[in-house]
Amino acid sequence: MFSRQICSNSYVHTRGDISATMSSPTSTPGGRKRGRSSNPATPSSEGPTSPPSQRRKGQDSSNGDLMPMPTSPATDMLSPAAPQDTSLFSSPRPSVPPNEVDMSSPLMYGTPSSRVEGTPRSGVRGTPARQRPDLGGFLQRFIDPTSKEDENAGLDLNEPLYMQKLEEISVVGDPVLSVNCLHVQSFDAELYRQLICYPQEVIPTFDMAVNELFFERFPDSILEYQIQVRPYNALKTRNMRSLNPEDIDQLITISGMVIRTSQLIPEMQEAFFQCQVCAYSTRVEVDRGRIAEPAVCRHCNTTHSLALVHNRSVFSDKQMIKIQESPEDMPAGQTPHTTVVYGHNDLVDKVQPGDRINITGIYRAVPMRVSPIQSSVKSVYKTHIDAIHFRKTDEKRLHGLDEDAEQKLFTEDRVQTLKELAAKPDVYERLSSALAPSIYEHEDIKKGILLQLFGGSRKDFSQTGRGNFRAEVNILLCGDPGTSKSQLLQYVFNLVPRGQYTSGKGSSAVGLTAYVMKDPETRQLVLQTGALVLSDNGICCIDEFDKMSDSTRSVLHEVMEQQTLSIAKAGIICQLNARTAVLAAANPIESQWNPKKTTIENIQLPHTLLSRFDLIFLMLDPQDEAYDRRLAHHLVSLYYQSEEQMEEEFLDMAVLRDYIAYARTYINPRLSEEASQALIEAYVDMRKIGSGRGMVSAYPRQLESLIRLAEAHAKVRFSEKVETIDVEEAKRLHREALKQSATDPRTGFVDISILTTGMSATARKRKEEVAQALKKLIQAKGKTPAMKYQQLLDDLRGQSETAITRELFDEALRALADEDYLTVTGKTVRLLA
Amino acid sequence: MMPSTHDWINCPLGVVEGMFAASQNNPNSGWEAKAVEFFKNQLKEKDAHTWVPSLNDVPLHYLKPNSLVKFRCFIQDMFDPEFFMGVYETVDPSTKAKVLRCGKYKDVTECGVDFNSSNTVTAERQTFYCVPIPGENPWVKESYASTSQARVVPSTSYAPTRQKRSYEEDDDDMDTQPQKQREPHAGPQSPTEHHGNGDCKRQETEAPSNQTASASHLDLNFPLPGEKGPSCLVKVYEDWESFKLNDLLEVYGILSVNPALSALADEKDTSSSIQDPTECMETAEEQRVHSPPASLVPRLHMLYARPLPHNNPLLPCTTVEDNSAFLSSSLSEMASVRAELLAYFTHILLGDALAAEYLILHLISNVYTRRDVLPLGKFTLNLSGCPTAASYTERFYQIIQQLVPSSYYLGMSLQNMNQMRLVPKKDYVANRLVSGALQLARNTSLFLDETQLEQGQLDTTGVRNVTALGNLISWQKVDYDFNYHQMEFPCNINVLIVSEGRSLLPSDCQIHLQSQVTAPQLEEYLSSIHMHPQSSSQLNKFRIYLCMARQLDYNISDEMTKSVEEDFVDMRKDDPQSVSAEDLHRMLVVARLLSLSLGQTSLSRDSWLRAKHIDMLRRSRMEQHKCVNGNEP
Repeated sequence: MFSRQICSNSYVHTRGDISATMSSPTSTPGGRKRGRSSNPATPSSEGPTSPPSQRRKGQDSSNGDLMPMPTSPATDMLSPAAPQDTSLFSSPRPSVPPNEVDMSSPLMYGTPSSRVEGTPRSGVRGTPARQRPDLGGFLQRFIDPTSKEDENAGLDLNEPLYMQKLEEISVVGDPVLSVNCLHVQSFDAELYRQLICYPQEVIPTFDMAVNELFFERFPDSILEYQIQVRPYNALKTRNMRSLNPEDIDQLITISGMVIRTSQLIPEMQEAFFQCQVCAYSTRVEVDRGRIAEPAVCRHCNTTHSLALVHNRSVFSDKQMIKIQESPEDMPAGQTPHTTVVYGHNDLVDKVQPGDRINITGIYRAVPMRVSPIQSSVKSVYKTHIDAIHFRKTDEKRLHGLDEDAEQKLFTEDRVQTLKELAAKPDVYERLSSALAPSIYEHEDIKKGILLQLFGGSRKDFSQTGRGNFRAEVNILLCGDPGTSKSQLLQYVFNLVPRGQYTSGKGSSAVGLTAYVMKDPETRQLVLQTGALVLSDNGICCIDEFDKMSDSTRSVLHEVMEQQTLSIAKAGIICQLNARTAVLAAANPIESQWNPKKTTIENIQLPHTLLSRFDLIFLMLDPQDEAYDRRLAHHLVSLYYQSEEQMEEEFLDMAVLRDYIAYARTYINPRLSEEASQALIEAYVDMRKIGSGRGMVSAYPRQLESLIRLAEAHAKVRFSEKVETIDVEEAKRLHREALKQSATDPRTGFVDISILTTGMSATARKRKEEVAQALKKLIQAKGKTPAMKYQQLLDDLRGQSETAITRELFDEALRALADEDYLTVTGKTVRLLA
Repeated sequence: MMPSTHDWINCPLGVVEGMFAASQNNPNSGWEAKAVEFFKNQLKEKDAHTWVPSLNDVPLHYLKPNSLVKFRCFIQDMFDPEFFMGVYETVDPSTKAKVLRCGKYKDVTECGVDFNSSNTVTAERQTFYCVPIPGENPWVKESYASTSQARVVPSTSYAPTRQKRSYEEDDDDMDTQPQKQREPHAGPQSPTEHHGNGDCKRQETEAPSNQTASASHLDLNFPLPGEKGPSCLVKVYEDWESFKLNDLLEVYGILSVNPALSALADEKDTSSSIQDPTECMETAEEQRVHSPPASLVPRLHMLYARPLPHNNPLLPCTTVEDNSAFLSSSLSEMASVRAELLAYFTHILLGDALAAEYLILHLISNVYTRRDVLPLGKFTLNLSGCPTAASYTERFYQIIQQLVPSSYYLGMSLQNMNQMRLVPKKDYVANRLVSGALQLARNTSLFLDETQLEQGQLDTTGVRNVTALGNLISWQKVDYDFNYHQMEFPCNINVLIVSEGRSLLPSDCQIHLQSQVTAPQLEEYLSSIHMHPQSSSQLNKFRIYLCMARQLDYNISDEMTKSVEEDFVDMRKDDPQSVSAEDLHRMLVVARLLSLSLGQTSLSRDSWLRAKHIDMLRRSRMEQHKCVNGNEP
C-alpha cells in the first residue's frame, strides 16, 4: 500500500491527428481488438493519456485507424468455432503462419527481441500437435472445489471456475484471464504438457478459444481489447538455479526478488514513413528489431525520400526487470543468481524493487553479436524471460496470512517422514533436544523456545471487536553473562526462515520499526521496514534487551500485544503487521544475578513490558557438582566427537526446519472440551494460590499464555485438537518459568505481581507498614515543620524491630509525599500543613 | 624432456578439438569427460604442473593466447550462468560446405555460424570472478615463482597484442626475461639462491601490476586495498556447484584474450545503432564489469581445478593424511622447531615468554568444525599492553607477515573504521559483489591494530564495521550486504588484536604483555629486532611448522575425557565464580592447540596440565593488572 506510485504512463507521447480516436480506448473496440498489446487502463495508471502503444498488426497498411469502429467485436473475427475445423479454431486467418499467430499472443506483445533469429531451440522444434478441441471444454467444465486462492474469493466453487471468471470480465471489463496451470494439468495432462513445451503456440489458441467463448456468452459486452489468457503456476521450474538449456522457449515459473527495474522503454512496433516529396505515407513493421526503410516512394517513385515520423509511429511499453534468487533457495556459500525479465505493456511497473514475486513466462536465449561488422559472434547467448504473469508473494502479508509464501513444497516422502516422527511418543523431547545441541541442558528453556517456534493458533475476533488475538509466544531469557544466551538466539535466528537478529545496544526505534526515506531517483517517499516488520511471521531475536533505550523499547509494547506497528511519519500514517514472536535476552543490571532481588530489580525492565512475555526464563549457573560433571562431559565431547557421531545423536537441522514449517502451515489445533475445562481449572488454581495471602498470582494474560502454549504443544504432536496433556505441559512449563522469574526472594512464594506491578505483594505491604511507622514517628515529634533526613532515618531505625534500608526509607518517604503529608528537599524533610 | 615441446600445454584446444572430431562418428563416446581426464593425467605426471606457466608470476603479455596456464586464485564473485553454443555448424560462404565445430573452451565462434542449424547444441557454463589470494605475502609469491619451470618465451603473438595493451609501456621486461629460463632449483629451501634472485623476481611480478595501476579507472575489485596482480574470469564447465565463494583454487585452463571480448563503453557508441535490443538494457557499469578488456582481465576456460587446502609453497599441496611420509618426518621435529620459534617470539614480544606461547597457539588455530552456530577451534588473541612507541605494532606485523602465507594489517584508526569497506556489498547496478576487507581466504591472519584508535565519533559506517568485526570474532562469519537482505558467509580467519588496554572487540583470550625491556631501552631494542633477521632456512622451518600444526588431526581419549571432567568439577568446587563453562571452552581449545603445537595428535595428561597452568598464569597476570590499573571492568 505504500509502493511508489510511479505513473505507468510516464512516457507521454505526442501524437498526431490519430490520437483523437485512440485516446479513448472504449470507443475503439472492434477495430483494434487484435491489437492486444494496447495498454489497458490498469488501476495503477493514472495518466490521462493512454500510451501510444496501440498495435494494429493485421490491419492493412492503409488508414485503418480512421475507419469507423464497429461496436460489436464479435462479427468479423470470431465466428463460432466449428469443431470439425482443423485449423486454429476457424480463426479469421485460416492458415496463419506461426509468426502471425504470435502477434496476438500476450507473450509476444510484439517484442522484436523475442523473434530475433536463432533462438537456440525454436528452429529445431516443430510446431506442436494440432489444436486440441477441448480447450474450450477445459474452460467450460473445470471445477476446483478445493480452491483456496484468494482470487477465487466470492466464486461458487462448485460451478465451472473459469466461466465465472469470464462473467467477471464481462462485468469488470478487465480483459485478462489468469489460468492456473495446475488446473490445466489436472484436467488434461497432455494439454498441460503442450502448454509448457510450446507456450508460444498454445497460448494464442487459448486466447482464441476464450474470446470465442466469451463473445458467445456475452455478445453485447464491449472490451478494450481481446481477452488475454495468462497462465501461471507452471511447475516446470521453481528455482532460478535449476534453469538450464532445456528450458529455453518453454513456459516456466520461478520465484525471486525484484532487485532493479528499468525506466519505461518505448519500443517501436511499426514505423511511419512519409515521403518528403509527395507526402505519401507508409507503414513498416519492425521485424526482428529492425526496420526496413523503404528506399523508393511507391507513389512518386522518388528514391530516398521517405523520412521517419516518430510521433506517428507505433510504440509499445517495455520494461526490464531484474530478479534475484530468494535467499531461501540458495545453497550455502554461493552468491545469488540474477535473471533478466521483460515486462510488456500492462505488466510494466507492476512490480517494484524489493518485491518477492512468482513470475511465469517464457525463457529465451538470444545469441550475442560482437559487433555488426564482424561476422564471428560470441558463442554466448543472452537469456531473459518474457513475462506473462506476475504474482507477488508478499503482497498479501499486509492484510493476511500468505499461504503461498509459507507453503514450502513438501514431497510425499518428506511428509511421511515428518508424520512418522510426529507419531513417536517422545517427539516433544526429541525436538527440544535437537534444538541447539551445542548448548548444554536448559531443557525447559529449549522446550519453551520450541513452543515459540510452533506458535499458537491464530484466532480472529475482529467481528466482536476484540481484534486479533496474539498467537505468537514471546520469551525473555535473563541471566548471568556467559550462559550462552546469545548462542541460543543465534541458533534460533539461523533456524527460522524469517528471523531477524538485532542487538539492543545497536538498534534504534527506527531500525526496529520502519522509516521513511526519500528515494534519490524518484524523489518519492518510500517506507523502509525495520527488523520487527521484516520478521513478520517469524521470530525477532533481540540480544542485550536491557541495553535498549527506553524509547526503543516502547515501540515493543504495541508489537508484543497487538502485533501491529503504527507509524505516523512524514505524512505517512499507517499500521503495519508485525506478527512476530520476540525472543529477547537480557543481562542483570549488576552483571551478576542477585538472587536476593526480584527479576524486575535484577534487570530493571518496565513491568508493563515484562508482562507481555509469556515465559521468562532465568539462565543461571546452577553451581552443583552433578551438573558440572555433565556439563564438562558435554563440552569435552563437543571437541572430540566427529561430525557423524553428532549427527547420529541429534535430528538434522533441516528436518527440524521442515517439521516446524509443516506444522505451522497445516496444523491449526482447536481446544477440546476437556482441554478448556483443564485450562479453566488451571487458571482458577493459579488465582487461588495467592488469594489466601491477599496476593494475585494470575491475570487473564497468563490464561492467554497458557492457551497459546497448549496449542503450540498440540502442534508439536501434529494434533488438530488441544488435549489435556497439552494443557498439562503448558501448565508445567509456565509454572517452571514462573518459579524462576516470579519467586519473591523474601518469601519464597511465586508472586505474579512482581511481573505485573513490578513489586511483590509482601514488599508492598512492608512499604506500607514503614510509611505508617514513619508517620507516627513524625507525629510523635510534635510540631516541627522541618527535620533532617539522616536524623529521621536514624530515629526510625532505632524504633523499628526490623532492619530498615535506605531504599525502604526513601520509598516510605515517597509514599508519604504522595499523600501530600510532607515534601523532601535535599537533606531536609518538610511537613506540609 | 623439454617441457616446451608439449602440445598439450601450448595448444590444448588442438587436443580438445581432436577428441571432438574423433567422437563425431561415435555419439556416446563421452569425449568431454575424456578430454578432462587427459589433462588431469598429464598434470599428474611428476612435476608436470610446474611446466605450466602461471598467471600469478608471468605477465599476461608473455603468455601465449589459447595455451594452457594455471592461476592460483580466490573466488571473489560468481556471475550468472551463461548458455553458449557447445556445438555449432558453420557454412562456408563460397562452397556452402557445412562443418560441425566445438564451442567448448572458447569465447568466440568461427565465421559463418548457421543459427538455424538443427545440430546446434546449447550448453551451460558458469563464470567466476577470481582474484589472486588476498593478502598473500611476498615470500609466498616468490617461492611459488621460483619453483616454476615453465618456459615462457615472448611468443609471436606478443607483437600483435601489443597495441591492444595501450595502457602499459613496454618496460625493461625483456632484460629480465632470461631469468625465467634458468635451471630449476634443487630445492626452494636453499637460502642463498632464494635471496639471490629475489630482486629480479620482484621486477617481474611488478610488471602486471603497472598495468593495473595505470588502468585504475577499471576497479578490479580486490578485497584488500593496494593489492596487485591479475584478475581473471574463469569459465567453469562442470561441477560448479562444488565451488564456493572465497575458495582457494589452482585453476588449470585455456587462456583466452580475444580483443573482441572487451566491451568498452566508447566502442558501443561508435557501433551501429541497430543493436540487439537485449544488449542495450545492460548498464554501462554492468558491461564494464562483466566484459572487461581481455588484456586486463583475461578469460580462463577451466579444464581442471585443484582446491588448495593452504597456500604455503613449502608444503606439499595435499592434505596431510595423504602425505604420511612427510608428516612423520616433520612430526618428530616439531617440538624442537617450536622451542626455536618460542625463543624468537619471546625476543620479539619484549621478553615475554607466556605471550609468545599464546602467540604460537593463536597462529596455528583453525576453525575445524562448526556445531550448529558455534565455530570450534577459533582462538582470537587480544595482546594488550603493547607499547605505542617506535611503531612497535607495525614491526610486529612485519614479522608475522614473514611467517604466515597470507595476512592483512588493519589499523583501526577512526578514519579507517569510518571509511573502509569491510563487509562486501552487492552492487545491483553493476551486478557484482563489491568486495570488502573482510572477504578473506581461509586461515588468513587479520592483524587488528587498536593502538591506532583515538577518541572520537564513529559514524554509521564505523558502527557497522565494528559490529562486523565483532561478529567475525564471535561467530566466524561475515554478513554480506545484499541490500534487501543479508547473507551469512562463514569464514575462518585468525584475528589478532593488539591494543594498549583491553580491546573493545570481543576476543577468546586476552593476555597483557609484560615487557622485560624498560622504556628508555625500548627504541634501541626494537631496532635491534630487525637488525638480526632470521636466516631464510630458519624462517622456512617456522613457516612449515605453523602450517603443519594447523593441519594435524586431533582427538581426546575417553580416559582423558574423564580426567578433564573431574578437573572441571574440582575447579568449580573450589571457586564456582571464577570457572565457568566459557573457561572450560577456552581451556579445551588451549589444550588442543598446545598438543598440536607439540606435534601430539591426542591430548595427554601433561598437555592438559600445562594448558591449565598457562591459563592460570595468564589469569593471575590479568588480576594483577586489574589491581594496578583499577579501571578494568
